[in-house]
Amino acid sequence: MATKRVQFSHSPIPYLFIVPQLAIIAVFFFWPALQALYLSFMLEDPWGLSSQFVGFENYVELFSSSEYLSTFAFTLLYSSIVTVFSLGVALVLAVKANAILRGQSTYQLLLTWVYAIAPAAAGIMAYFIFNRNIGVVPEFLNSFGWDFRPDTNSFDATAMVILVSVWKQVPVNFVFFLAGLNSISKSVREAAQMDCESDSRRFWTITFPLLAPTAFFLLVINITYAFFETFGLIDTLTQGRPGGSTTTLVYKVYQDGFIGADLGLSSAQSVVLMLLVLLLTFVQFKFIERKVHY
Amino acid sequence: MRQEKLFDHAILWVGVVFLLFPVWLLFASSTHTTETIIKEGLQFLPGGEGFGAYATALTSSIGGTEIATGLRMTINSLIMGIGFAVGKIVIAMCAAYTLVYFRIPMANFLFWIIFSTLLLPLEVRIVPSYEVVSQLGLLNSYTGLILPLIASATATFYFQQFFKTVPEELLEAAQLDNANAFKFFIDILVPLSKTMMAAMFIIMFVVGWNQYLWPIMMTTEEAYYTIVMGIKNVLSVVREGRIPEYNVAFAMIILAMLPPVAVVILFQRWFIQGLVESEK
Repeated sequence: MATKRVQFSHSPIPYLFIVPQLAIIAVFFFWPALQALYLSFMLEDPWGLSSQFVGFENYVELFSSSEYLSTFAFTLLYSSIVTVFSLGVALVLAVKANAILRGQSTYQLLLTWVYAIAPAAAGIMAYFIFNRNIGVVPEFLNSFGWDFRPDTNSFDATAMVILVSVWKQVPVNFVFFLAGLNSISKSVREAAQMDCESDSRRFWTITFPLLAPTAFFLLVINITYAFFETFGLIDTLTQGRPGGSTTTLVYKVYQDGFIGADLGLSSAQSVVLMLLVLLLTFVQFKFIERKVHY
Repeated sequence: MRQEKLFDHAILWVGVVFLLFPVWLLFASSTHTTETIIKEGLQFLPGGEGFGAYATALTSSIGGTEIATGLRMTINSLIMGIGFAVGKIVIAMCAAYTLVYFRIPMANFLFWIIFSTLLLPLEVRIVPSYEVVSQLGLLNSYTGLILPLIASATATFYFQQFFKTVPEELLEAAQLDNANAFKFFIDILVPLSKTMMAAMFIIMFVVGWNQYLWPIMMTTEEAYYTIVMGIKNVLSVVREGRIPEYNVAFAMIILAMLPPVAVVILFQRWFIQGLVESEK
């Protein structure tokens, strides 16, 4: 870690400044995280009176449960589709906004404000818009012959959750893509303009490779979003229905641990999620950072 | 060439409408009567009822008791958003100050301790976090709502990066003037960080206001309901098979969206800066 060359000399002052942060982290981060780890190896009796060490039993139970495995599969599928679509839409919009000369900041305003909407508020809004009694979407889809029933049909429910999640995530990606595009220097762009007539070829051979670091960074941001931040959206829109087919891993931690009060099983799920996040971070640092440098 | 530009604008407008449409639909419907909405569904154009539903949403409760009115929940959300943003910024600036300006034993270790919190979001440790907060007797309190959310180092990282770019001459000059560590922090670093603080405040206010999972676990007393979690009650009415006051429900949803959206629109430049810097 790089520190300043000139520093204050020894005194208790530095500790006064850093203690609040350390205390909060110790109490509200490390204590719960370690407790999750500990509880994941314990089995509580149904009344919560006593618990005993059971080794990896909770983990074994978890991975032999078809319900958990299908939740796992859904989360992977859902987060990949959300990532691909929200990155794709945002990239198109950012390229177009970058191409026009006047009004860029107006478009930026009109395309980013949705960032400020809570996922839970987006979910409840979507609930009414997709509602069969008053919503406009089912009627619209019915006119195309799609009998849209998100409360009973898991394909319809998944499509709905994905659409709303993408809607909510496009603005973040747009901001970063536009910033990435704006940082491509004018001389590079002018050189590209001279060398290459075709717009689409110029995009794929020059602009896109220059945007790759932004895109890879956003990949991680989007996967994290789909995994964790969509909780409120799912809780208001489908609550995992129909039949658990739109339950994500985080939603299941909440369902099993808080509503079902199965601490051991829920903690094991928390630990699995922690490992997934660590894996993602590792991939981000070791693999992506090294590969994408131009 | 002109036609191509027109095409660019057309695509951008499709994006703008895609983002705006659902919120507009809800807003337009909130100015109609519930009867109209039941009979004809959501409305594309504003109706004749004006903002009556908003007045009702602010003064009446959608919960079980009369405490959680729209106004009360809005105030709670403001406390949560501002408390979270201010708390996070103050704690982060102090910690970053120590990390950058002092040579202390185990500095590297502390650095990693603090930044390891970036790895695991609150969502993966919610159940044990709930246990901890309940053991500390902090359920149904603003402290319990805000403090656990501050336990991540996003802002610390951001200020640490910024402090490193502050010219060293400033500290040398301050030391020549016999300024002590407190004076240097308050009189020089804090004023220098103003833009950074503003940008971070905008982002953190939005993040704090929009919290949902943590408040629904933490609060059983309606006096502490925030508006983002409070609007969930509308759904329980629907799921019980009753018909809600649609226009009031929609007004409540719009109210839950309005403050963070307004902040992001009014302070667009700081918002963009804060977003880009804090996610880096």
